[in-house]
Amino acid sequence: MTQPTSRIEAIVEAHRLRPGATLPILHDIQADFGYIPDEAIGIIATGLNLSRAEIFGVVTFYADFRTTAPGRHVVQVCRGEACQAMGGEALECHAKSKLGVDFHGTSSDKSITLEPVFCLGNCGCSPSVRVGDEILGRVDPDSFDELVDELRKDGGR
Amino acid sequence: MNIKVYVPCDTTAASVGADRVAEKIAAEAKQRGLAVQIIRNGSRGMFWLEPLVEVATEQGRIAYGPVRPADIQSLFEADFLHGGAHPLNLGLTAEIPYLKNQERLTFARVGLIDPLSLEDYEAHGGVAGLRKAIALEPNQIVTAIKDSGLRGRGGAAFPTGIKWQTVLDTTADQKYIVCNADEGDSGTFADRMLMEGDPYCLIEGMIIAGLAVNATMGYIYLRSEYPRCWKTLNAAIERARAAGWLGDSVLGSGRRFELEVRLGAGSYICGEETALLESLEGKRGEVRAKPPLPAISGLFGKPTVVNNVITLASVPIVLSCGAAFYSDYGLGRSRGTLTIQLAGNIKHAGLIEKAFGLTLREVLFDYGGGSASGRPIRAVQAGGPLGAYVPAKDFDMAFDYEAFMQRGAMVGHGGIVVFDDTVNMLKMARFAMEFCAEESCGKCTPCRIGSVRGVEVIDRIQAGTSREENVELLEALCDTMQYGSLCAMGGMTPFPVMSALKHFPEDFGLDQND
Repeated sequence: MTQPTSRIEAIVEAHRLRPGATLPILHDIQADFGYIPDEAIGIIATGLNLSRAEIFGVVTFYADFRTTAPGRHVVQVCRGEACQAMGGEALECHAKSKLGVDFHGTSSDKSITLEPVFCLGNCGCSPSVRVGDEILGRVDPDSFDELVDELRKDGGR
Repeated sequence: MNIKVYVPCDTTAASVGADRVAEKIAAEAKQRGLAVQIIRNGSRGMFWLEPLVEVATEQGRIAYGPVRPADIQSLFEADFLHGGAHPLNLGLTAEIPYLKNQERLTFARVGLIDPLSLEDYEAHGGVAGLRKAIALEPNQIVTAIKDSGLRGRGGAAFPTGIKWQTVLDTTADQKYIVCNADEGDSGTFADRMLMEGDPYCLIEGMIIAGLAVNATMGYIYLRSEYPRCWKTLNAAIERARAAGWLGDSVLGSGRRFELEVRLGAGSYICGEETALLESLEGKRGEVRAKPPLPAISGLFGKPTVVNNVITLASVPIVLSCGAAFYSDYGLGRSRGTLTIQLAGNIKHAGLIEKAFGLTLREVLFDYGGGSASGRPIRAVQAGGPLGAYVPAKDFDMAFDYEAFMQRGAMVGHGGIVVFDDTVNMLKMARFAMEFCAEESCGKCTPCRIGSVRGVEVIDRIQAGTSREENVELLEALCDTMQYGSLCAMGGMTPFPVMSALKHFPEDFGLDQND
């Protein structure tokens, strides 16, 4: 695999001339690395002719962008009102105790990072959980445990 | 001939197993040597029946649901491919009362067609609006939208035609159409369903908007929580371009329109139009002061139409069937249809498109069938996380922008989240403040600091510390947030908080109002 720096440079180059390129660049970097590496800030700033502070400001503003590597899988539990109305809070508590972490934490075996999310648009089948691009509906503690067991077996990225 | 079997590709259907059901049907048919064509349609919006499998028969489409992978074998044995009897057989889809009693204009095709088939789209009335628009002058298109009475369906209910007129009347070398697909409110999913089930309808609406105001570039700002939409929209845009709907000469008209989807990054405030524009420009999603209005100085400082998905998707039918056809639906100043989204603790969650005027009670009980838990419904939150909590005694009010406003509530995007009597309203009020603290863009003080102080004050009320004084303080804080914030985030967070306090004082340790 090519060096991180050249991978980042290639992504910046691919988007550089698009109007408002910052978010597309950050999405692609995160898709490649799983997070935004420190060295990306300077490379993006140079490529877009902006200051490092501006790029850092964007990275830290948006909940999606992380600056440290997550576990092999990121599991998001919905905290929206519709999910709360169907036992979402109990599911949140269960998820935290099952994985032994608080929100934004990664389980000790590095398999799963737990994140909150405010609405997955699946409010007709609450409570909802997202793993990668999959959204699961009517999740209860039992099905959450099954999901976790499955993900722990899977090597992931 | 292949028998057509429909299995939704919609996020909600997939979240309860539709993809596995589709695979299993294909495998079982192959094994039995039966020729079936599986079409991944959008959802009909009856989520308690998902995955809802439909089979095309001579009588019409027959529905089975909710289908689990384990049911497939018995469905084949019951000859469901010819509408055979089975415990999951729901009869003709179009005759299911939940669907039959609706008035689907914007959602006419959702669930009916293959979302990515251009032929299906045209065969079901698509492109007719665009063809009419091409033959009209920009001013005539704007007039049709004005006459239809269409108001922004994203929540603010601003008259769409007036916004378009402002953009049309502003001279500039470049103008933009921006679709706000940052559907962040809990309890709303109409935008998502439409984009997954009938993406060309949104694309057509945006092209018409472009022709109406002389804009040549459109952006759909999509929230990152919608991965299926992202794929569907990109595929649809590619096909629309190949078919000549987009590009240098829209349908050979000589008029240019290009379209691109951009992904958000998990920020609720980017659903606010000026924060959305900042985000599209590649910046932090911080709210801009208005004026200038985006219609005059919007994306990259150019005149910009910013409309919600459902608003833009309602445009094609206004053009194809006429302004009068559309405005014949509804009442008072609320014309056309509203896409009500019923969610939370409700037996029959789903999408109900109907002319304005239904009462909340009809929606909750005639359509919704009461709570999912079987317990009494204590409160509903209308219009998203910034909407008021409505107590049971107000369930007879009608869906109408003005009627809701008179009662201190808002129709918003049409989202309704239902809570049974186990809900603690102090907790919900605290959550509203916590949510605001989490999602505030931080630009103005009442929202950034007020929400944090709000959580603390509510915690003191819960602990019983100087309760009366803290309730007074909470009221004063809400007043400051409501009137001192830059946008609706801080300005409307007081609505759920104050409505919870007003209607459910017992949850705050106060005496019950009569």
